[in-house]
Amino acid sequence: MKANDWQVICRVEDIPVLGARRVARERGMDVAVFRNDSDQVFALLDRCPHKGGPLSQGIVFGTSVACPLHNWTIGLDDGCAKAPDEGCTQRFSCRVEGGEVLLDPVELATLAIDVTPPKAGPCR
Amino acid sequence: MKKMKLVMVGNGMAGVRTLEELLKIQPELYEIAVFGAEPHPNYNRILLSPVLAGEQTLDEIVLNSWEWYEQNGIRLHAGKKVVEVDRVKRVVRAEDGTEEEYDRLLLCTGSNPFMLPVPGKDLQGVIAYRDIADTNAMIEAAEKYRKAVVIGGGLLGLEAANGLMKRGMDVTVVHVMPWLMERQLDDVAGKLLQKSLEERGLKFLIGAQTQELVGGPDGRVQSVKFKDGSAVDADLVVMAVGIRPNTELAEKSRIHCNRGIVVNDTLQTVTDARIYAVGECAAHRGIAYGLVAPLFEQAKVAANHLAQFGIGRYTGSLTSTKLKVTGIDLFSAGEFMGSDGAEEIVMSDPFGGVYKKLVIKDDKLVGACLYGDTVDGSYYFKLLREGRKIGDIRDKLMFGESNLGDAGHQGQNKAAAMADGDEVCGCNGVNKGAICKAIKEKGLFTLDEVRKHTKASASCGSCTGLVEQIIMFTAGGDYSAAPKKKAMCGCTDHSHQEVRDAIRANKLVTIADTMKFMEWRTPNGCSSCRPALNYYLISTWPKEAKDDPQSRYINERSHANIQKDGTYSVIPRMWGGETTASELRRIADVVDKYKIPTVKVTGGQRIDLLGVKKEDLRNVWQDLGMPSGHAYAKALRTVKTCVGSEWCRFGTQDSTQMGKDLERALWRMYAPHKVKLAVSGCPRNCAESGIKDVGVIGVDSGWEIYIGGNGGIKTEAGEFFCKVKTSDEVLEYAGAFLQLYREEGWYLERTVHYMHRVGLDHIKKKVLEDAAGRKALWERLQFALDGEPDPWFEHDKAAVDTRQFEKLNAEGQAA
Repeated sequence: MKANDWQVICRVEDIPVLGARRVARERGMDVAVFRNDSDQVFALLDRCPHKGGPLSQGIVFGTSVACPLHNWTIGLDDGCAKAPDEGCTQRFSCRVEGGEVLLDPVELATLAIDVTPPKAGPCR
Repeated sequence: MKKMKLVMVGNGMAGVRTLEELLKIQPELYEIAVFGAEPHPNYNRILLSPVLAGEQTLDEIVLNSWEWYEQNGIRLHAGKKVVEVDRVKRVVRAEDGTEEEYDRLLLCTGSNPFMLPVPGKDLQGVIAYRDIADTNAMIEAAEKYRKAVVIGGGLLGLEAANGLMKRGMDVTVVHVMPWLMERQLDDVAGKLLQKSLEERGLKFLIGAQTQELVGGPDGRVQSVKFKDGSAVDADLVVMAVGIRPNTELAEKSRIHCNRGIVVNDTLQTVTDARIYAVGECAAHRGIAYGLVAPLFEQAKVAANHLAQFGIGRYTGSLTSTKLKVTGIDLFSAGEFMGSDGAEEIVMSDPFGGVYKKLVIKDDKLVGACLYGDTVDGSYYFKLLREGRKIGDIRDKLMFGESNLGDAGHQGQNKAAAMADGDEVCGCNGVNKGAICKAIKEKGLFTLDEVRKHTKASASCGSCTGLVEQIIMFTAGGDYSAAPKKKAMCGCTDHSHQEVRDAIRANKLVTIADTMKFMEWRTPNGCSSCRPALNYYLISTWPKEAKDDPQSRYINERSHANIQKDGTYSVIPRMWGGETTASELRRIADVVDKYKIPTVKVTGGQRIDLLGVKKEDLRNVWQDLGMPSGHAYAKALRTVKTCVGSEWCRFGTQDSTQMGKDLERALWRMYAPHKVKLAVSGCPRNCAESGIKDVGVIGVDSGWEIYIGGNGGIKTEAGEFFCKVKTSDEVLEYAGAFLQLYREEGWYLERTVHYMHRVGLDHIKKKVLEDAAGRKALWERLQFALDGEPDPWFEHDKAAVDTRQFEKLNAEGQAA
């Protein structure tokens, strides 16, 4: 795919080093974009495969993020839980060009659209 | 590139574990060949006893199937005994002439049973108990013959005896020492064990010295004769008098051996750096270990060096024995026999079948022997390993950790009595069946592994004893062992204390410098060490070290508590639990405006707004116009108060004002863990000061201060600390104690655990007996807190990254 088919999300500096930002989509749950300490950027569905925790809120280290809810470690490159935990979250193609973070609009519009966020609150 | 060649001699548990660890980290480095003297793949030797007893089959105890070797490209020469290592040509040779060249050689030859050198030891029907062949021989003998004699009343002997009895034989155990299992049990426990085994049908000849095994005309053993002239009939004699490291091959290859193949901390033989030895055959710092956990630790280190990563040292293990003999719980560790200058605390209930002995020396626990109730074994082992002073808990020591206030597993202390559906770990909802299943299916051996896979006992840890029991009877044998020093996390070998000390001694002020100085293995730590380092830096060097929000847990980064659905809860501060009509009105308006679904009164006398969207947090704070309650932080939370003398007809002191003063003096105080205070105005103690990190109780003549209380997982009543006259003194004493805790506590250590670790006496010495030191502590705390920002309002100063509150948008942008 050519570069101009990709969608500019933000600049690399807009994501904190060893941190993440949330990207809202027209449909479906947010996508989290992560930045590690060597300025690599990764994109995953913002939902832990365990109990749906928002991975964007986790502590980033190496090429992993620790889910804020139950401390599962999820690989940023593949979206999969580190052993012995099992499960993967949707990963999104992501590239950096000229300091800009790019995502694939087709993926944003089509991948993991039906996955629902975890629920809380009073029983209804 | 041509692969290097790794040859392993000995196809047992320690060796294969080393290969597994190696394949995990460097799967492509070696071409691997394995020689095993037995014609089987690697199996769990510890579970031979259940096989003998007919509870499990041989197939069930296989750990690595034939396919496993194939899938990992390992050439397995099963049933081939290696007889020669040519260290010059680097070739090993088996009995049948099979040869393999090596670049690295791993010796895992295990141990051999020791056979008593008595006449008749070579008769038919005289066997040792070590491998599958021995087990099969016993099973066959049990079908044909009636009478068995087991020589040796140690663990192995008793397991053999039990198995043979279950297969219908009439079994006599001959034991030369004055009581059973004398290496693990004292005389009282040994005799209790004997009594209960006798009730099950075993016979014992204690103190009997075997002189000769007498054979019949068919060449098979017929009876066992003793030195006193007596004899017993026997169609089968099992020798279980001990094992010796098997160093035959190593010695023949001129590798230095001394009660085992002598290895250094990287598990390399001292003679030849290309040759490694792990397992029961290896002597590390003079000790050849026979328990699985230390051997697996060795395996990890050896694998790391074989993988050419060159990190990790094996520095020895402290082991405890926790045994399962035919449904009887035993635990022992350290100098359980007692010694000169040692004191003993003993609890003995022979009718109830419970016996506990604790050995104390120089105010430290040095040994423990438990029979019948071992649930506190791991607690005693921890005390023993840490070597902490026990003076302050001595009166409660015998009752164990779980005697008081443990929650989450229905007060169970015997895992064997639990049904599969019974919950073991109340934090993570893990029942006994799930743990057993994981152990069996995933081949787990250690507490750490079970924690990782099942999460059982991984949160509050109060069910650790139960989980250990389950591991014991599911995986067999003994798995309690611990490194002598506990590393902070997988990124380093250093302990929390070492890191704290280094930060202070070397004036380290950034996480990166600390990691570099302490030689961290990972580029930027992990989610467990980074928050700890960040806290150590800002608490050691206030105003100098810069807070790193990316190394804080999300709650402290977003200054609100994350909830299960990813929303947040907001708890504004209400000084001393007092509020006003205008605050309540603002709260009500905020709830309406931001459609906050739940409003809840907290246990700390505040109001919790649950279900706030992250995007709304800043506006909610702004509209509330109340200070941050830090209900999300490892910091001062709340100061709970009763009404006090202002209104209460019983009140002796103005507890509400005292609480407000304390809260204003201490808020914004980060600490190793959360800190909760309470002030009651009279001994009726309506503010529950007894279960707070610092609890203050007003009496007519002043204030009593209690420290180290905890109302959480395990209810802990605070210890009386001191009595003071004025409210200024309350501030100074409480503040000084908390500063000491801030400076010395380990990250995530509550005051109660800190106090148990360093001892109440230490705290008293620093805060009560040293007036100048107390004032200095109090001043340091005030210095650290002076000018600290309220993160809800001073975002810049509190290093709050406000970008986190805004979402990026991918909607509707041109593609």
